[in-house]
Amino acid sequence: MGVLATSLRTSLLIMLVCGLLYSLTMTGIAQLIFPKQANGSLIHNADGVVIGSELIGQSFVDPAFFQGRVSSIEYKAEGSGTPNYAPSNSDMLDRVKQSIADWSANNPDVPVSELPIDLISNSGSGLDPDISPEAALAQVPRISQLTGIDQQQITALVDEHTKPRELGFLGEPTVNVLMLNIALQQLQAK
Amino acid sequence: MAFLALGVTLLLVLLLARPTGLYIAHAFKDEQTKLDRFFGPIERGIFKIGGIRRDNQSWKKYVFALLMCNALMIALVYIIFRTQAYLPLNPTNVPNMEPTLAFNTAISFMTTTNLQHYSGESGLSYLSQMIAIVFMMFVAPASGLAACIAFIRGLGGKPFGNFFVDMVRAITRLLLPLAIVMAIVFIALGVPQTLEPNAIAHTISGGEQSIARGPIGSFLSIKQLGNNGGGFLGVNSAHPFENPDAISNLLQILLMLLIPTAMPFVYGKMVGNAKQGRVLFVAMSMLFIVMLGTTLAAESTGNPVLNSLGIQHDQGSMEGKEVRFGMMQSALYSVVTTASETGAVNTMHDTLTPVAGLVAIANMMLNTVFGGAGAGLMNVLMYAIIGVFLSGLMVGRTPEFLGKKIEGKEMMLIALTMLMTPFLVLAPSAWALFSYSGTISNSGFHGLTQVMYEYTSAAANNGSGFEGLGDNTPFWNITTGIVMYIGRFFSFVTLLAVAGSLSAKKAVPETAGTFRTDTALFGVVFLAAVLIVGALTFFPGLVLGPIAEQLTLKP
Repeated sequence: MGVLATSLRTSLLIMLVCGLLYSLTMTGIAQLIFPKQANGSLIHNADGVVIGSELIGQSFVDPAFFQGRVSSIEYKAEGSGTPNYAPSNSDMLDRVKQSIADWSANNPDVPVSELPIDLISNSGSGLDPDISPEAALAQVPRISQLTGIDQQQITALVDEHTKPRELGFLGEPTVNVLMLNIALQQLQAK
Repeated sequence: MAFLALGVTLLLVLLLARPTGLYIAHAFKDEQTKLDRFFGPIERGIFKIGGIRRDNQSWKKYVFALLMCNALMIALVYIIFRTQAYLPLNPTNVPNMEPTLAFNTAISFMTTTNLQHYSGESGLSYLSQMIAIVFMMFVAPASGLAACIAFIRGLGGKPFGNFFVDMVRAITRLLLPLAIVMAIVFIALGVPQTLEPNAIAHTISGGEQSIARGPIGSFLSIKQLGNNGGGFLGVNSAHPFENPDAISNLLQILLMLLIPTAMPFVYGKMVGNAKQGRVLFVAMSMLFIVMLGTTLAAESTGNPVLNSLGIQHDQGSMEGKEVRFGMMQSALYSVVTTASETGAVNTMHDTLTPVAGLVAIANMMLNTVFGGAGAGLMNVLMYAIIGVFLSGLMVGRTPEFLGKKIEGKEMMLIALTMLMTPFLVLAPSAWALFSYSGTISNSGFHGLTQVMYEYTSAAANNGSGFEGLGDNTPFWNITTGIVMYIGRFFSFVTLLAVAGSLSAKKAVPETAGTFRTDTALFGVVFLAAVLIVGALTFFPGLVLGPIAEQLTLKP
């Protein structure tokens, strides 16, 4: 048999097995044993309506909510992306200066020297669900003022939602902004 | 803490390399092994349906089969991309791909480059992701591994084997079983695996969010294991669905390095001298550590311009990074993905501090800091032969490699191969800068780096990018497509020709005067060959790009 015929038959076979059967079998197994993760770790409210995904950040414009990372795509999760600013890009510098000015206006009690860098930088995905614990704590005074909830109570909420490093040493400690805001909303409702 | 994580990661890489290498060498053995009892029936079925005759091929027949088979696969996948709108499993109604983009993407995945000028969420249907992309993510590294195994066989004076048999074995014995296991692990950690369309969420601040998902788990495992690197979703492994936490991040790093770090041991085992492989492994590890140290220093310092604004910057540079990985895991990932020529990213390389960007591009220019599955080791052995040749010149003896004389014919082929990479990078870069500078998104010195990075990534079959570049235009699609193709297949042909020429020669007996290639001294010679050749070729470009940018980054 010629090389071309062998190539064609082998290619189509592998396409079927490794392309289609493999992907579909994995989908079947996943839906069976890890249905929550396999469908995107979706969060439902009490009425069963999907309100987001644990893994995907959301846009919070209202200053009475905790705010997440800068996202040039405004957390539109049908896509993903960043503006890819180089360190020497002047547009990025302008954006950061604007963020700092906004911070000072909205958080008069917290000086810029306590503003962590993750709050004024665009995430890699534009969908980062997390901020650093420092970035959450720096927002506590503002949120306390706007919601009327005691600062201590909000700090306790942040601590509760702080996820330590994986296995104690891998990665960084994180606070999931969406989960924190859901808890904040529930606290307010009480 | 962060340094502990680094230490544990590197230790795991070290522990996995040798056993994996011995397994791979065993899996490709010509004679019957115990593995045949397990995989034999499945493979015999595939050989039968595929019409594969298990005869030994000459180097010419071997490389011809590889080229034909891979070309046919490119054609098949091109057709799928161009007709995906009419095919099933397209819940988000993705249109057919534009011709130059389909050309680029088909070559990109056949060459394990996985440069992506489209965004997965909107550019490909689920069917295309599965039967075109995932299919190629298996056959492309399998073809590279096959070429490398044949190259080593030739150097060792053994028959070259059969391309189809080797490609199938790479899949049945290595890629598919591991991909299945790791896919399940990734899904357990939070990676989606569904055929449902986007999820619609009604957010707590009263808006609506459409969330892209798909069969990502099965895609992710083979993407990393095969040093492919292309993302299911646009931002690749920076996306929380494609890399949900620090554990999935660690596993991805281990998968990317698994085959590349094992290959020197495969080589040592197959030529019957473990030391030959160990020397290369140690030399490459040293290069890797230097690269990693440089990147960590640069990234932890961060961007001096931003730091001068008086904010709290203990975290280092965070632009383009995800909080769950932080500076450390992002910096490590950027070095691993470029060293292993995978090209997956968990941080945006365009946003790296200039020196860290330099390390990423240097890893790809050298293409010898482990390198991708199979293709990497072939390049490394080419530099080893250059090292032997240079040493031979210095002492005035005909150089020998594994008992065979290296002569004019071999050196001519190797010189051609060596010169091809700089040509593939620098010539089109000059053209792009001259005629298409409008596609550059970051001005100044960084713009030059952006263009050079794209072609280096294409030529080295890495696939990461400085993604600010407006690269989905006919010019970029066609030129990088050609660069990827030549970057992959030219060296397969020339290096297999070298092995063919060497294997036809009589072995010369080893004497006291033979320059040994299994000593620490040879490790140094190898490193010198890599660094001298690399520095001479690319240093001017690096000075004008990342180095100039770093020097001008002043508050």
